[in-house]
Order: sequence, then structure tokens, then C-alpha cells
Amino acid sequence: MITVHIQYFAILREQRGLARETLATPAPTAVALYEELRARHGFTLPPDRVRAAINEEFVAWDTPLREGQTVVFIPPVAGG
Amino acid sequence: MFRISAEPLDPAALQRTLADTHAGACLTFEGWVRDHNEGHPVLALDYEAYAPLAEKEGARILAEARAKFAIRGAVCVHRVGALKLGDLAVWVGVTAAHRGAAFDACRYLIDETKARAPIWKKEHYTDGATLWINCATRGDHADRVKI
Repeated sequence: MITVHIQYFAILREQRGLARETLATPAPTAVALYEELRARHGFTLPPDRVRAAINEEFVAWDTPLREGQTVVFIPPVAGG
Repeated sequence: MFRISAEPLDPAALQRTLADTHAGACLTFEGWVRDHNEGHPVLALDYEAYAPLAEKEGARILAEARAKFAIRGAVCVHRVGALKLGDLAVWVGVTAAHRGAAFDACRYLIDETKARAPIWKKEHYTDGATLWINCATRGDHADRVKI
């Protein structure tokens, strides 16, 4: 298990009911963590509609997670 | 400069930051909160951003514009928070020696910002419903999904 910090935005923040949390997870990768959280909290967006960021940079879904990282899942963007 | 702002934008002040006697053209774009989207009457918008990453991605977009087009200065500032109809949501300004590069770069900056920066928009409709734009899934306002 590793401990990671997660920040939620937009539709994911509302579906989680939190803006941030710190949790212990067995997930080895960003996508595994998203699937774990999606199953627990009923996120409607499938992984192929979401991107991952670790420590304030976009990363590939299969990027390994490390202790203490900050993970953000990016729902489809809509600026402008 | 690419910035996320929780405060109202001041276009005149932003444009002054681009002052440059080598520039012969200044192009600005303002994105305003509109009262409808895809046939649905809109009352207000909430914008939210993952500011550190939005500003990093925005800096990359500005660097790309400088590499692609012969521009002098470029600024993009995007609002977050609760916005009303008519409010200024995003301001883009570009200067160049000649207008062609300024038009092209301004278009590039707003298009890439909309497509790539981690910024989200929630629309509030007159019937009380709300929707995170682009985030609908099958069976959930699927007619309003824009990917």
C-alpha cells in the first residue's frame, strides 16, 4: 500500500463530495487508482474520458504511483 | 503570460501590458458568458480550474504560438468562479509587427486553451438544471455531449 494525495475538480469533485483527500491504496498505476475510486464512488466518466496528472503534470494512464504523490484526475475540459 | 484569475478581468489594463512600439497590430479576443448553449437557455456559469497545471499548460500553448507565428507579445487570462451573463470569461491579447500573425496566433491561443487547459464550465439553466459541459455520459443528457 502507498499513500497518495488526491484532488478532485468539477464533476468528479461533486460526485466524490470532496475537493481533496489522502488515502492508502494498493493501486499500482494511475488508471488502477481511478478504477478503484470509480467503483467506490460511482464516477460516471469512464477512464477513456479522463486524463491523469501527477505532481502537476499530465501523465499516461499506466504511470506507476509512488508514495506521497499528488494525483489529479482531469475530466473533459471546457474552458473558454 | 497565462494566468487563472479569481477576480474580474480588466481588458484595458491587460492590453496595456502588451504596449510595444515594435508592434503594428494588437489582436484581442474576449470570451463572454452567453445566455444559451445548444438550444438551452443559460442563467449563469461556474468556472473551475486546476490552476497550477492550467498555467503550465497555458505557458506551453504560448510558447507554441511564439514558435509558429511571428508575434511580439501574448497574454491569456481565464476567470474562475461564479459568472453572470455578459461577464468576461477569458481574455486573449496578441501583438505582432503585422496583423496576419496576430490574427493567427490569437485564434491558436483560444482554440488550444479551450481544448487543453484543465478548466471546467458548469452551466445553470433556467429550469434549475445544471450540467458540466463535455462531461455527460451515455444516458445522461447524451444529446448534449460534445467531445
